[in-house]
Amino acid sequence: MTEAGVEAKAQGVPGSVDATVELLRSGGYVCDTSLATSVYLALKLCRPLFLEGDAGVGKTEIAKVLAATLGRKLIRLQCYEGLDVGSAVYEWSYARQMLALRLLEAAGTRDKDALEADVFSEKYLVKRPLLEALETPPEGAPVLLIDELDRTDEPFEAFLLELLSDFQVSVPELGVYRAKEPPIVIITSNRTREVHDALKRRCFYHWVDYPNAERELEILEVKVPAAAAGLSQQVVDLVQQLRARDLFKVPGIAETIDWTEALMALDRIELDPQSFTSTLGVVLKYQDDIKAISEAEAKAMIEASRKAS
Amino acid sequence: MSGEGIFAGREAGSASGGKERLLAEDDRGHLAANVAHFGRLLRRAGMPVGPGAVLDAVRAVEAIDVRRKEEFYWALHSVFVRKRDEHELFDEAFKGFWKDPFAMNQALAILLPRSKAPKRKPQARRRVLEAFKRPPTSEEENAKPRDELQVDMALTASKTEKLQTKDFEQMTAEELERAKQAIAKMKLAQLAIPTRRFRASDRGRRIDPRRTLREAMRHGGDDIPLAFRERTTRPPPLVVLCDISGSMGRYSRMLLHFMHALTNDRDRVHSFLFGTRFTNITRNLQHRDIDEALESCGHDVTDWAGGTRIATALKVFNQRWSRRVLGQGAVVLLITDGLDRDDVSELEKEMERLQKSCRRLVWLNPLLRYDEFEPLAGGVKAMLPYADEFRAVHDLRSLAQLAEALGPGWERKARRLGRRTE
Repeated sequence: MTEAGVEAKAQGVPGSVDATVELLRSGGYVCDTSLATSVYLALKLCRPLFLEGDAGVGKTEIAKVLAATLGRKLIRLQCYEGLDVGSAVYEWSYARQMLALRLLEAAGTRDKDALEADVFSEKYLVKRPLLEALETPPEGAPVLLIDELDRTDEPFEAFLLELLSDFQVSVPELGVYRAKEPPIVIITSNRTREVHDALKRRCFYHWVDYPNAERELEILEVKVPAAAAGLSQQVVDLVQQLRARDLFKVPGIAETIDWTEALMALDRIELDPQSFTSTLGVVLKYQDDIKAISEAEAKAMIEASRKAS
Repeated sequence: MSGEGIFAGREAGSASGGKERLLAEDDRGHLAANVAHFGRLLRRAGMPVGPGAVLDAVRAVEAIDVRRKEEFYWALHSVFVRKRDEHELFDEAFKGFWKDPFAMNQALAILLPRSKAPKRKPQARRRVLEAFKRPPTSEEENAKPRDELQVDMALTASKTEKLQTKDFEQMTAEELERAKQAIAKMKLAQLAIPTRRFRASDRGRRIDPRRTLREAMRHGGDDIPLAFRERTTRPPPLVVLCDISGSMGRYSRMLLHFMHALTNDRDRVHSFLFGTRFTNITRNLQHRDIDEALESCGHDVTDWAGGTRIATALKVFNQRWSRRVLGQGAVVLLITDGLDRDDVSELEKEMERLQKSCRRLVWLNPLLRYDEFEPLAGGVKAMLPYADEFRAVHDLRSLAQLAEALGPGWERKARRLGRRTE
């Protein structure tokens, strides 16, 4: 279904929302229509996808799965405060340039233009993620993951805004790099800071929430297929109970998976109050939160989950 | 625009069974018009929906299968919603609108109070009114010394001096007025935190390889003159938590002026007020005009001059806000007298967490004006060990000193002070 305009012409891109759900599932990512619609629109209309949500709900995973299932290269840019062009876009290899300059001079080259053309040529250019993402390898445009954008600062955001609108970067000495095919851009944020509206406006936005019990069980079955059905059910049930509590950091899906794996490594096929409290550190990452769950409460929670199932 | 809306188009599309094109040209027009209409509705309900977003939304719904309501819903959602908080508003608007777009106009009246900027007619501002006042005659001038003050802004040295050290609590109305003007002019010295970025500088100590190379190219000679660069610096974010309970009395009003001056002087300032509740007033203080800012605070904050529950307030902050506003090494100004009715152990726990998640926790306490002040109250005792710095804020001079104390060299000064309070 290719129409005129700014739509994806590349192969492998799903043709409908259902196909997107299937595609992600084939890569081991279980999601519902809400997320799949945003992913599909981003792929189809060649726009960045902006994913916001608490830590451990599987935002980064989407980019990885997309790259794997579409057979594209994954390029990742981890953001931090003070991220600059030198580490995000490109850098010259100064030491080698100096050396080249000396050699050329020693060889008697005096023509300034020739010198410059040689010293500032692509062989001395060190490409960083954003420039790399503008290249289109034969298998199609890469997936560009800009992770935890909220960690960086406003000046970088402004730069990104420019890049994401035209998919081009200018290197003064060499000229403009333009993407033949725009990369598939996934931006994630933990919302430790409000990202500027102008940037969000360029993207399709989705808030990735914690899954409901049914969906979480499905995820667990895909991710830890070796786990006993009873154990998975119990773990999901307890995690859902923990999420309803007043904790500083409620467990994400990553923690659910870790917990199941930890219990399996301990050869448990069922949770009892003792193993619950002794492995709580896998699920809750703050001492205050762990202390808040007493032995008696653990017992009550397990009891509640038994009754429910 | 027909009242049948999109689902009329849906039926036409499915009846013709056209697989190639989901909607006939005419229906597409309908759809676009309805999406635009919906966008306008969201805007009126207080969501920032511009014409660009409407165009994007039309493009998005054309890309999906509009016969399926769920896909349609999430396609519009991914364009119009840009914050988690907007989800509920969108949800309600969607349900109402696509059922009956016209009944929605009435429903909007119910939705409206939730919008961020209700269209209140701005009250005629005091200062503007004053600007239109006729100059007072000499008789009136004698009768009303307050007006004279407004005209004579240049204070004599001794008057200023007195005002500097007079407790806010004891100021007369006119003195308060002048104090407010002085606060509005206060500038905070900026604390410079080094960043990872550099700028070209001849005084810098690091070599700037890029500039060096370009210079070398220009000369093309035998020597390569070195160019230098230095780190750029940036002030850290500032978070102000201010107690507005009854015991804080006038101080909290004055400090609100101070917070407004801070907000308009630098970027990344977040302000919160707490009494029995906890309110974020960052947005309210961003009005340039102090009267407008205070008015909108008064509108949103309902627990003026009541009791305090410091521990509860800090807990709310730690849970809901700290990860969002303390992320980049913020300095926290906690303004309270520490007179608390909450459980002390709880207070200790929350103070500890707060101190551990910020760059520096500065406690400003108006009670410190009394020379014989001793931290006897349970709350004060519990909080003191976790404050990196403990300062008075009861008059103009202490505020000015604070403004200075937050400037360069402040970490060193603070350490010295810290030793004294220990």
